Amino acid sequence: MKKKSHPLLGIHSLLMMIFIYVPILLIIVYSFNNTRLSGDWKGFTFEWYTSLLKDRHVMEALTNSLTVAVISTIAATLLGTLAALSLRNLSRRWKGGMNGLMYLPVVIPDIIMGLSLLVLFNQMHIPLGKATVIIAHITFSMSYVYVVVTARLAGMGRQLEEAASDLGATGWKTFRYVTLPQISPGIISGALIAFTMSLDDFMVSFFVAGPSSTTLPIYIYGQVKRGISPEINALCTLLILVSVTLILLAQFFLNRGKGQKKHKTLPI
Amino acid sequence: MRKSKFLMIPVLLWMALFLLIPMIIVVVISFMNRDTLGNVVFGFSLTGYKTFFDSLYLGIYWDTLVLSVVTTVICLLVSYPLAYYIANAAPKIQTWGLVLITIPFWINFLIRTYAWVLLLRTQGIVNSLLLHFGWIQDPVQMLYTKGAVLLGMVYNFIPFMVLPIYVALEQMDKRLLDAASDLGATRWKAFRHITLPQSKSGIMTGCVLVYVSTTGMFVVTDILGGAKSMMISNIIQSQYLGARNWPFGSALSVIFVITSLILILLFNRAMQSKADRVKEGSA
Repeated sequence: MKKKSHPLLGIHSLLMMIFIYVPILLIIVYSFNNTRLSGDWKGFTFEWYTSLLKDRHVMEALTNSLTVAVISTIAATLLGTLAALSLRNLSRRWKGGMNGLMYLPVVIPDIIMGLSLLVLFNQMHIPLGKATVIIAHITFSMSYVYVVVTARLAGMGRQLEEAASDLGATGWKTFRYVTLPQISPGIISGALIAFTMSLDDFMVSFFVAGPSSTTLPIYIYGQVKRGISPEINALCTLLILVSVTLILLAQFFLNRGKGQKKHKTLPI
Repeated sequence: MRKSKFLMIPVLLWMALFLLIPMIIVVVISFMNRDTLGNVVFGFSLTGYKTFFDSLYLGIYWDTLVLSVVTTVICLLVSYPLAYYIANAAPKIQTWGLVLITIPFWINFLIRTYAWVLLLRTQGIVNSLLLHFGWIQDPVQMLYTKGAVLLGMVYNFIPFMVLPIYVALEQMDKRLLDAASDLGATRWKAFRHITLPQSKSGIMTGCVLVYVSTTGMFVVTDILGGAKSMMISNIIQSQYLGARNWPFGSALSVIFVITSLILILLFNRAMQSKADRVKEGSA
């Protein structure tokens, strides 16, 4: 028997959703507003989007962001998956330590991570630039891939792998034809999350980016500090769109993975 | 398969080099000094920590603590009912509620903070509306106030509170509530003695997430608070990127992490003993 929630709870929840979404929707609406100055609605326009395309600084920041995101995602996905796979063969004591280490970037405040990397690069005399941003992004993205893939592996069980090796499959063959297909939804969604994290990161990049490696969020920060502009509304709208799409995709792969899991573990 | 144990070595090396060693260096630098050019000078010194006990910085630190705690409390108060509603709603509402709460997580906090500039500035939407309805005669200064900073913090971190509480409430064994009502407990009593203690882990995770994130978030103060309001994270940021006083910035970082840990521990302790008391009381 389930009791219905109190009506006030429903109203409160609705108001909260309005509170959360109205500001975000306003940016989107204003990005199409045909006026530079006023807060009133002056008609629909794509002008701010086209002027973004013509802005050299925006395009440079976009190129930087995409370069960093692609490279760091590939590396973080490889390393994070590797960590998740090797964790299974560790003794319990090592497992705890490893897990703690991999969760650390999720837990420590971004500002601490950013400034400590800045100090490291400075002490090692590595000039700040795209490379330092990529290294930083790999470090925190790896953790997210690790978390997702570990969860996937934990739900998988080892029966199929054991069966494969009983039937004479080599370690590599077992991995390629048994383990990998089962964890691939986890890897894909981990990679999508890593990509979004990288594209979105401001805090860590702010400390380790050089003048030539301004990313989109750093560019937006610089503009926002100067006040509002319709171009920034347009840029923010685009970034919202990309992040939300990527995350919904990641969610889709996670759920698809779950469906598969049921099928594959049930018969055993 | 045993061999795959060694696959971990590159990951371990990476994490050691780019996560652990940098943090150790920060701790080491916090005990050093700097020269007039802002370079770190090797040799033991407590100057960084001594500077912190300047009344100016102590005051800012106190303000930061207060702001973070108030943000956490407000987030908890407004998020708990929402999480509770979603966790107990029909499956369809539950799915949608969860999606709607997760989406802001992935919208850059810079953008979410900037949205409030649109709303709060003097020619902004809130002022226009208030003027339009004749509730005010002149635009009210809302941006660049402490209230704006608090609002921005709460707004940014609500999802951080809702999600963990939702997870805890969702995993709860709902049959306990049926049992309680069969045994004659009122809804309030059932909530107080079953739901609330069962969602404790979620509350704890949410509070820690919100508290730590608020303390480290210099952007909200930067954008909504103007130059007047400062948090400890603004000072840390400027010591690293502007003033180039790294020993002081490092000392502040160390203090920031240690106070956060202490507060989290105390909070944990308090929640634990409260839960025990509830358990004993009901036994």
